[in-house]
Amino acid sequence: MSDVPRIVSSRWDVPDAHTLDGYRASGGYEGYAGLRAALATSPREVADVVKEATLLGRGGAGFPAGVKWGFCPPGVWPRYIVVNGDESEPGTYKDRVLMERDPHQLIEGCLIAAYAIGAAQVFLYVRGEMAHAQERIAAALNEAYAANLVGRNICGTDFSVDIVLHWGAGAYIVGEETALIESLEGNRGMPRLKPPFFPAAKGLYMKPTIVNNVETLSNLPWILCNGSDAYKEIGSDTSPGTRLVAVSGHVKKPGVFEIPQGVTTYRDLFYDDRYGGGIRDDNELKAFIPGGGSAPWFFPEQLDMALEGRPVGAAGSMLGSGAIVVMDETTDMVKACLRLVRFFARESCGKCTPCREGTSWEEKILQRIYDGHGRPSDVDALLDVADNISPGPYPVAAWEAEGLAAVPFPPKQTTICPLGPSSVAPITSALRRFRPEFEARITRGNSIPLEAAHG
Amino acid sequence: MARLTPENEALARDVIARYPRPKSATIPLCHLAQEQDGHLTDEAMAHIAELIGVTPAEVLGTASFYEMFKREPVGRYVINICTNISCQLMGGEDLLAHAEATLGIGAGGTTDDGMFTIEDVECIAACTEAPACQVNYRYQHKVTTEDFDRLIADLRAGRRDDIPPHGTLGKVRQELRGDQIANITAPEQQSEPVWITRSEQGSKTP
Amino acid sequence: MAEKPPPIEVTDPVTITLDGTPVQVQRGDLLIDAAERAGTYIPRFCYHSRMNPVGMCRMCLVEVDAGRGPSLQPSCMLECSPDMVVVTDSDLVKKVQEGVLEYLLLNHPLDCPVCDKGGECPLQDHTMAYGPGESRWLEEKRHYAKPVAISETVYLDRERCILCDRCTRFAKEVAGDPLIHFMDRGAATQVNTFPDDPFASYFSGNTVQICPVGALTAKPYRFKARPWDLSEVESTCTGCSVGCRIAVQSSRNEVLRYMGVDSPPVNWGWVCDKGRFSFEAVGGNRRLTEPQVRKGDVLVAARWSDALDAAAAALRGDPSRIAVLGGARLTNEAAFAWARLTKGVIGTDNVDAQLGDGLPAELLLSLPAATIDQTCEPGGTILYLGPDPKEELPVLFLRLKHAVLEDRARLFELAPADTGLTRYATRSLRYVPGAAAAAVAGLLAGGELGDGPIRVVLGRASVAESAATIVDAAMVLVGSGREVTFLPALRRANVAGAIDMGLSPALLPGRQKLSAGNASLGWPKLPAEGGLDATGILQAAADGHIDTLVLLGADPLADFPDRALAERALTTARTVISLDTFGNDSNRHADVVLAAAGFAEVSGTTTNLEGRVTALEAKVTPPGTARADWSIANEIAERLGTEFPELSPADLTAEIARVAPSHAAVTSAALDAAPDGIVVGAMPLTYEAPEPTHVPAVDSYSLRLVAGRSLYGTGTVLAHCPSSAPLAKPSVLRLAPAEAARLGLPDGGRVRVVSNDRSFVCDAAPDPGVPEGIAAMYLDGSASGPTAIIDAAAAVTEVRVEAGS
Ligand SMILES: Cc1cc2nc3c(=O)[nH]c(=O)nc-3n(C[C@H](O)[C@H](O)[C@H](O)COP(=O)(O)O)c2cc1C
Ligand code: SF4
Ligand code: FES
Repeated sequence: MSDVPRIVSSRWDVPDAHTLDGYRASGGYEGYAGLRAALATSPREVADVVKEATLLGRGGAGFPAGVKWGFCPPGVWPRYIVVNGDESEPGTYKDRVLMERDPHQLIEGCLIAAYAIGAAQVFLYVRGEMAHAQERIAAALNEAYAANLVGRNICGTDFSVDIVLHWGAGAYIVGEETALIESLEGNRGMPRLKPPFFPAAKGLYMKPTIVNNVETLSNLPWILCNGSDAYKEIGSDTSPGTRLVAVSGHVKKPGVFEIPQGVTTYRDLFYDDRYGGGIRDDNELKAFIPGGGSAPWFFPEQLDMALEGRPVGAAGSMLGSGAIVVMDETTDMVKACLRLVRFFARESCGKCTPCREGTSWEEKILQRIYDGHGRPSDVDALLDVADNISPGPYPVAAWEAEGLAAVPFPPKQTTICPLGPSSVAPITSALRRFRPEFEARITRGNSIPLEAAHG
Repeated sequence: MARLTPENEALARDVIARYPRPKSATIPLCHLAQEQDGHLTDEAMAHIAELIGVTPAEVLGTASFYEMFKREPVGRYVINICTNISCQLMGGEDLLAHAEATLGIGAGGTTDDGMFTIEDVECIAACTEAPACQVNYRYQHKVTTEDFDRLIADLRAGRRDDIPPHGTLGKVRQELRGDQIANITAPEQQSEPVWITRSEQGSKTP
Repeated sequence: MAEKPPPIEVTDPVTITLDGTPVQVQRGDLLIDAAERAGTYIPRFCYHSRMNPVGMCRMCLVEVDAGRGPSLQPSCMLECSPDMVVVTDSDLVKKVQEGVLEYLLLNHPLDCPVCDKGGECPLQDHTMAYGPGESRWLEEKRHYAKPVAISETVYLDRERCILCDRCTRFAKEVAGDPLIHFMDRGAATQVNTFPDDPFASYFSGNTVQICPVGALTAKPYRFKARPWDLSEVESTCTGCSVGCRIAVQSSRNEVLRYMGVDSPPVNWGWVCDKGRFSFEAVGGNRRLTEPQVRKGDVLVAARWSDALDAAAAALRGDPSRIAVLGGARLTNEAAFAWARLTKGVIGTDNVDAQLGDGLPAELLLSLPAATIDQTCEPGGTILYLGPDPKEELPVLFLRLKHAVLEDRARLFELAPADTGLTRYATRSLRYVPGAAAAAVAGLLAGGELGDGPIRVVLGRASVAESAATIVDAAMVLVGSGREVTFLPALRRANVAGAIDMGLSPALLPGRQKLSAGNASLGWPKLPAEGGLDATGILQAAADGHIDTLVLLGADPLADFPDRALAERALTTARTVISLDTFGNDSNRHADVVLAAAGFAEVSGTTTNLEGRVTALEAKVTPPGTARADWSIANEIAERLGTEFPELSPADLTAEIARVAPSHAAVTSAALDAAPDGIVVGAMPLTYEAPEPTHVPAVDSYSLRLVAGRSLYGTGTVLAHCPSSAPLAKPSVLRLAPAEAARLGLPDGGRVRVVSNDRSFVCDAAPDPGVPEGIAAMYLDGSASGPTAIIDAAAAVTEVRVEAGS
């Protein structure tokens, strides 16, 4: 194992890894070896290996895949697998790479999962805007069907499953698993309430359905080939394996990196030459988003945290989808906050009153502040509007200099899904740390008081 | 053209057969209609409704939820410029402003010659390659204003035949013929898969 | 209308703590309902106890601790489980409720003073009770064109809409007509129809009723009144025999609106649009307001005493030459009074409340009965052999559909062509008119029905197929040895009550046979033997054997299947007396027209198809000098020498309870205590099955005619409802596409329909729901429709269809 183990990104440098031949030829072992390994044991054993490995979901919530599979009620058929390839969380860029560059790895992962849980069908729900990913997966599926790796009596066994590529059409909320299912049923992508609609019990067509992220499933071929022990040797005890992170924003070398979980720190990611290579123009770091647009922000104090779910949650944020956005000292926090809030307002599905009305209200207040038409009462109004979407203390990182303790993740919510409450993350993060920037906008109109920001 | 052509209708039937319930094909069929006409017409939605056995209102209810479906004609090239956080930090808004100035239209607008529509869009999963945009959903990474001008010039000159007209989703489609399908039937018709039954009974993979 | 959760039986009690007090609730019941039943109302907008919860308005959030610490949960989605600790009034809950209301009002136009809903608006009420004092909203509100007509009768104002999903959910889940839908997303979400595809649902008016704001308003009611000017009584819709419970609301002696009342065994709060908007007919300006007597060629206004004298004079002759047709429009009390007059005073048994479109009364009274609830029992098996319920018994259709879709009932439909029910049926089988009995036998033999009880909905799919063929089918079921119960699907409003009261040959009030007599009646006379049914009466009249024909709210020209026969009867009978609320085709032939008080003008009771007796309440005074039917009967009886003591419908209700064995329990006091009515006691008659009908073999040159009714087809009441009348469309002949192609009319066109020596001309259209060999058409009451060619004496109607006219 090299210094930086590569589980899911091992073929990214191989030019034709997206073809079946390329896939077979690369990666150090016969392509679809993971599938063959799975087929050589029983479905239950495959599920056990995955459970043993503690494969944490990479879609955002970080829930162990093996445990989730186990939630399918026994004896209820059919079961479905829905692959979440809707990657739309601001800052997130990894599933697209996996789909474009290594579609067979994903297909193989789907097959292993389908074998283990007894799925009749797998739907690969790929974000509509990702035309190239669609094409690559379509081509890979066509090859795989032709090679009898998908379809009827796969590799001559009694295992048969169909994998259908499904096109999304542009709606962030559809990444939420119950909305994804609604969308796949041909409906508006509006989330269902959990409980009672936990997909593993009542999912697609109200049948047991496992929704897994693209990256989660892409880990399976490696795990089946190498075993859960090998997997657990990588990463930390509670977060084994690697994960993909996209480091974007104000770093010198933005990129998608595969890192061992629970080991690499944010400082490594921003400053180490193997990763971000430093803040752009060697500026000061002002803040960073550790897990996608929905995550409360971190600040320089949190730089030395390793990327590991539990401690990051306790510190007031989340690893989310591995999207890390770096903001240097020149960043206008009102503007950044407004942009993120605007995202949630535009992407609210409209189902819950607080999210539908609250997020657009938040956006309007912020826009006014940004445009220099804010009122002194706006900051408190904004916090109260946010409090009606996500009541009580909102997760936030500690600010030792001010003697403020962290509020752990996740937030409370008056809504069905976390989208509405996510709109509060940039507001609380920015306002708690950079309130003077907002106030200066209000009292001094349009000028950007960067001195105040540093104060 | 408004309803699906006979060829597209045949394709539509193939797509419908890939789902346990026909309504699941709503979005793919709307894409197909948009590919045919460049935008999603009312007549096409009514036709889709017939094909999947729902009302046109249901098709529209679904279609109108999603960003990609355009109910009015748009430019031959729809340029989606990302201004979400990673791109914003790297100048996405400046790129958008440049595009608006260059083409003389605001976000959401279409040039008079019907060539270009610009949109101010949310994160398109190219964050490390910011600022990014898409032309008819084909990515352009780290786009400078000069890159943008060149792109427009190339598109106008017909030099970008890698970019198909608006509406074309994937140039390669999944081909799943009826005789290849293993398991797709209505959920009610499905029972425990044979490999599970066999393995629960303790026998080995045949 | 306050929507209350339907009552439930607590079979599996669990204890939860509700605001500090332990209460016993049904396990699995939704918290919002359980709390309300326990006396704690939790505010809500999207939740409606007759639809699946969606939990989207977030108004009903409460704090719930189910063992893992308190969290905010929507009480409309949460099922009660043991030891749940629920707090509905904490500071957090109050803040959240205030927050939701503030959000809902942000974009709301606050045009309460000009809004129909003002005064009965949950948004308004909740804002007063739970809302913020003032709005902090400084921005521009959302704007939409307003209001837009989404159908002939419903307007939509999207600015007022709070996106609760009630109307859209109703349209999809309850009505099965998802023609209104959420469109767009997020803050731009709106309810709308597809362009040029209106919300043409038979049930659209319900959305107006359940809209928690004034976003949906009913054209017939818009700007007519304010809720505080309205007063109401609960009554029963008499649009059809389902008998939906409604509230009749009026202001200044004018009926302005009906609202569905949630009667758990019957309509669940829903009513069909025809019923809902039929209030327009009550105050219609073409009502008969005074009696008329024929002078030469014309009917002229007369004084009541003169008109009654004239009627009595015509009823004095040979009882066997007197006949009475109709009675299903009447209250039970009036039906009783008329049965007493005809059988007990005049002494004729030539009485029939059905118009040749029903089933023999004695058969109906002999069959073991099923209520709607029993028919729709979860997991049960239903055999449907009857008219298209969506067209003829709309709310029964909703109940059946619900039973299948939500309650796992299996429904087997036997019908000559597709109906509104077909798409919901577990299996729908086609049979050729005349072959119903064979079809039933085949289905029974096939084993698909399982071996549990079978609930049969029994009626006539078509009036072009004789009642006898359906009797044969019923006999197959009765003789099958299976546990079979029946729900009769007769359409006319109080036909069941009229039969129970004896307005049918060979019967006496209380489900007694005439032959058995009934001493307690104390009537001066009783006919010696059974009389004629409707077909017999009309035939006799046409043959000159009837001197006086009474039309008791009957319009045989429009309603009797064989129009030619009805016409001959009306022109041949010496005297025709009509009691009615409106003029119609038939009573233009009358010699005496007695203006009757109509719905909402008389009190009494009515009986639905289950045999459920419910109260009808008068709300307004009748127009002009129109009188209650029962008092007209008593006036005539007095002129014929018998005086009856009743002074009110209540007196008659008491008399019925006294003399009618099946109705012994139906007293005014019992009815007061039972707003959902009383199902009258089963006392099955014995019925002697006739010989199976001979049906001619299918003639491959002809088509068999299927003639049913459509909701907006015929009907005097409909014609007098300005809002609904335009919905009546000319009826077309529906043919299998192959049949239409054979005629050279693949896309339809003008055709002549010929049967024996009769014919009519109409438009034909291809319809994939019609099998080959069948010609289907809705009755439209006109002289150029199916009734022009149906022969009342034939078992089936064979037609030839020729292109062109
Ligand atoms: C608003 C919202 C958006 C989400 N978007 C995505 C997404 O784009 N891709 C994804 O894999 N998961 C997304 N998720 C998480 C999914 O709901 C789900 O947890 C995940 O797909 C499960 O897969 P995993 O267990 O393999 O991580 C989103 C969740 C929320 C609440
Ligand atoms: S929180 Fe927002 S996005 Fe999520 S279900 Fe509610 S309205 Fe939709
Ligand atoms: S009533 Fe429960 S969320 Fe609307």
